[in-house]
Amino acid sequence: MNDGKLLEVDLGVGGISTNVRPRALGDDLHSETMVVNLGPAHPATHGTIRIVAELSGEKIVDADVDVGYLHRGFEKMSETVDYNQVMPYTDRLNYVSPAINNFGWCLTIEKLLEIEVPKRAQYIRVILSEISRVADHLTCLGASAMELGAFTVMLYMMEAREDLWDLIEEVTGARLTVSYGRVGGVKEDLTPGFAERAQVAFKKVRAHLVNCDRLLTRNRIFIDRMCDIAVLSADEAINMSLTGPLLRASGVKHDLRKATPYSSYEEFEFDVPVGTKGDNYDRFLVRFAEMEESLKICEQALARLPEGPIVVSDPHVALVPKDEVYNSIDGMINHFELVMYGVKPPKGSVYNAIEGANGELGFYVVSDGTGRPYRAHVRAPSFIHMGAMRKMILGANISDIVPTFGMINMIGGECDR
Amino acid sequence: MVDTNNRSSELLETLQKECGDELQDSVIERGDVVVTVVPENLTKLLTTCKNSPSLAFNLLADLTAVDWMDLRDERFEVVYQLLSISKLWRVSVKVAVSESNPEIPSIVSLWAGASFMEREVWDMFGIRFQGHPDLRRILMYEEFVGHPLRKDYPVQGKQPRIPLRAPEVENTARQMNRPDLVTIRARSRSRGADSLSAVGQGSTK
Repeated sequence: MNDGKLLEVDLGVGGISTNVRPRALGDDLHSETMVVNLGPAHPATHGTIRIVAELSGEKIVDADVDVGYLHRGFEKMSETVDYNQVMPYTDRLNYVSPAINNFGWCLTIEKLLEIEVPKRAQYIRVILSEISRVADHLTCLGASAMELGAFTVMLYMMEAREDLWDLIEEVTGARLTVSYGRVGGVKEDLTPGFAERAQVAFKKVRAHLVNCDRLLTRNRIFIDRMCDIAVLSADEAINMSLTGPLLRASGVKHDLRKATPYSSYEEFEFDVPVGTKGDNYDRFLVRFAEMEESLKICEQALARLPEGPIVVSDPHVALVPKDEVYNSIDGMINHFELVMYGVKPPKGSVYNAIEGANGELGFYVVSDGTGRPYRAHVRAPSFIHMGAMRKMILGANISDIVPTFGMINMIGGECDR
Repeated sequence: MVDTNNRSSELLETLQKECGDELQDSVIERGDVVVTVVPENLTKLLTTCKNSPSLAFNLLADLTAVDWMDLRDERFEVVYQLLSISKLWRVSVKVAVSESNPEIPSIVSLWAGASFMEREVWDMFGIRFQGHPDLRRILMYEEFVGHPLRKDYPVQGKQPRIPLRAPEVENTARQMNRPDLVTIRARSRSRGADSLSAVGQGSTK
């Protein structure tokens, strides 16, 4: 951009320097701006989002980010079902890492009930969360790389994601909509031999990551498209309520797994990668580095997986074992009560946040003492990050919208709820 | 758990010292500090929370509302979740809002991130935020009648059919609050397709 100034170009024809003043673009052309509508169904916006950009040439001078095309009323629906029945709805928030949503919801209700789940359940939650986190980052980076032309990277990353989803499927029975969390623990134990198969899968994932690293990190085209685009300083990022990889890319070392550990995260050793500049390239690097950290956490958790129950033994919170249901009157009554009326947390309201793949995933739940939430609200990181998108793309070129949007990693289900 | 409780009581003491006059009520609920404030004192309290070095609540984590219907005197309650990245503590700030005049001051000037959250609360509950630069619906469409997360809105509520919208470009120009663009579009249309190409670089194809 020459800001409308006339260029002084030294042509240097035949060794004689000649100063010419070419006519600047826009000298006598109309300088009317153009409004371009991007989406809501656009091949490069993986998710239904509409961006109305006002362009001067290729430069974005104003933009309106329009969300809500995937609004399903998660919060309204949650008020009509009991606490465990919300679980399938949470799957459909961030549907790339549904296990994290499950556990976020469970932890909130457990805080409301003031109970702590057994150690083994906590470790299983950590393992599943971290596998989901890697899958989420793979999706984000793979899709973004594809949009910038690196199709091979996308295929490698999808292949790596398949390996991880196979692991998730093995434990939960589903690849995406896992519904694996339960208030008070998890649905089922890990399958026998899971640790060995996880090792094999992690090895494959790491091999893919090495390949992708070679293809992307020092790739000139990729760097040109990512560096110095959509820069946010640490203060700006905090002011915009950004969390997760976006905040860390701006240089703020804040990770809820370290800051306020939950589910025994304090027992694992891992680093929190941070960026320096806060541009799209830093966001890419932070996500890339986080995948290795997540795999490390998984390996530690699998190596030290404690024995014991996977749900709390309180019959008012978790279903009692089947042989008790069929062989004792207490067990039968407890089972009936829990299935018919659900978990009944005491009155009160609680906000609990965990580190989702995109940032702080918080649930605010108000209980009126009955089996159904009086009010359930999810603090969806994607939604809040989309609020910062206008500022990120102002002044950038129209071609910068796609990588910026890719690095925000908006997941429609989570953003619009 | 003991550690958390100590931190919470330390935060509660600091809050009472720094902004004791504004607080209507302050309790520790399930290990979390929850303070209540009247709408008039909201901006002052949140400004202190953000700017006081001993509190250092620099990040607005969440903003939502609860509809209490007949359960409470004031129908609505807006809940702010503040987080301090340096001190690593949290506080919930609750403010009651009446049904007759559902209006409280906006905090977009304090935290730019509040913009989308306040728009969501306006959309879902119909609570207006005075001083918000662009208070529009965000998840529902402009023509939506009512506010869906209010308790008196039915779960399977039906909406009236909406008439066909104005041409997209004109509509987006209006949405962007740019009357000049609306007139440009109207002018281009009245001239017809031929003159559109004559407008030059800036016009649509």
